[in-house]
Amino acid sequence: MIKLFLSLLKAFAVGGTICAFGELLVLKTKLTPARILVGYIVAGVILSAVGLYGPLAQFAEAGATIPLTGFGHALVTGVKHAVQEIGFMGVFTGGLTSTSAGITAAVFFGTLAAMCFKPRPKE
Amino acid sequence: MFDKNSKPSPKRQAQLDRYKQLVDRISPKSALGQGLFRAWWVGGFICMLGQIFLEIGRGPLGMINSAASTFASTCIVFLTALLTGLGVFDKIGQYAGAGAFVPISGFANAMVSPAMEFRREGLVLGLGGKLFTIAGPVLVWGVSASVAVGIIYALITL
Repeated sequence: MIKLFLSLLKAFAVGGTICAFGELLVLKTKLTPARILVGYIVAGVILSAVGLYGPLAQFAEAGATIPLTGFGHALVTGVKHAVQEIGFMGVFTGGLTSTSAGITAAVFFGTLAAMCFKPRPKE
Repeated sequence: MFDKNSKPSPKRQAQLDRYKQLVDRISPKSALGQGLFRAWWVGGFICMLGQIFLEIGRGPLGMINSAASTFASTCIVFLTALLTGLGVFDKIGQYAGAGAFVPISGFANAMVSPAMEFRREGLVLGLGGKLFTIAGPVLVWGVSASVAVGIIYALITL
């Protein structure tokens, strides 16, 4: 029970901090949200490649994998795994293999939502 | 009576001044602190929700770690698509800023929102195309960066 509580607390603290840093970028720079999203993915790829993101993901679990840096981390772990399994061609198969569920879910549920709901006038 | 050009009476003007003073007094002192706090707690909450789904996947549903993690992301994506469709997610986004769009919920929202809006331009180029307005750049740069890293990794290890 304490272990469960701790895992939720860690996810909250780490995930919240990653998001707060994004907000700092929004407020202190002129970066658009789209640029910050792309920046977060690429930052996740780089942090994962140099071996910093793996330990964080192990520590905070969803707190590190739910933010978009975790998406970059998943791309890199997929590529590394595939290179070990099938050699050089893994460079091209690994990234999307490990992220396929997230992308497919976003495409499918996104399409479903866009079919089912009507847009509301912006306030 | 509602003529915009007419100056407010002195009494009304005094009222307006008092109102402005009140607004100044009770507004948060620092927009930065408030923004960071909102992003922190909403972003943290979304990640914690992800962790709850992860624990459900790992525990009662008997998934291995990687599957449970995927399950958590998928649930957050589904909930975001639903809340975006219902118009609720926009409000969360306005309140929390990066707290709502840095987690994978932002990725899902960035797909649903334009797809919904441009559906009237057709199902193929409207819905189908606009779905990737923001997800497209994210995938392009994420995948490209991962391939670059992969090439270096392959050269080092193979």
